[in-house]
Amino acid sequence: MSSKSFLIVSRRAPYASNHAREALDAALTAAIFEQDVAMLFLSDGVYQLLNNQQPGTIGQKNLGANLQVLPMYDIEKLYVSKRALDERSLTTDQLVVPVQALDDAEINTLIKQQDLVLNF
Amino acid sequence: MIFSIVVQGAPHSQQSAESALRFARAVLAQGHGIYRVFFSGDGIHNGSALATPQQDEGHIIEGWQALAKEHELDLVVCIAAALRRGVMNDEEAKRHDKLNSNLADGFTLSGLGQLTDAAIHSDRVVTFGS
Repeated sequence: MSSKSFLIVSRRAPYASNHAREALDAALTAAIFEQDVAMLFLSDGVYQLLNNQQPGTIGQKNLGANLQVLPMYDIEKLYVSKRALDERSLTTDQLVVPVQALDDAEINTLIKQQDLVLNF
Repeated sequence: MIFSIVVQGAPHSQQSAESALRFARAVLAQGHGIYRVFFSGDGIHNGSALATPQQDEGHIIEGWQALAKEHELDLVVCIAAALRRGVMNDEEAKRHDKLNSNLADGFTLSGLGQLTDAAIHSDRVVTFGS
């Protein structure tokens, strides 16, 4: 099967809508189809990456725990907006998986390099 | 150029559904091709046969059906998103012991793999979000 580079952009908070879950499902599916998959967390999407999430109290499954399986599906290129972290007073050591923080210019370059960008 | 279109917005709820339909018409009118339209998230409601908007409003679902018929479009509704929200075909209704099915004619239910497949086979994938 031919392979393209996919960038899955996830920019919504984890539990207010199902966008975060759909982004994760799209990433995992593309990886199963042996595509070159990267994920970029923008805006409120950075909250998906916080460690110690306890969504069981609102009847939801732990998205942070699900994100930890990404490397097992060979999705190791995980990026986060440095500005989105700064605006929310978050640092990369509070996050549940190792991610690379990019400034806006680097994000611009990353997006340009992709065959395909899917937004959630 | 070959396009695929991803629709995440519910019809008659978010403008993105109608924008996607208008974009699809424009793409075809310009002589381009559409490999697939993939409905995910709340976009799956575009495949509901029961939607009945008032007569003085446009009927988005019938719009998709007419366009699909004219251009042999592949309209795929994400099965996981659809079952969660209560849109299903006869086969799934039977499997899940439901009284009725409600997937509109011209649409098919399938998995997220169809989105990956569409991306592989298209020059552009355009998402109409929610």
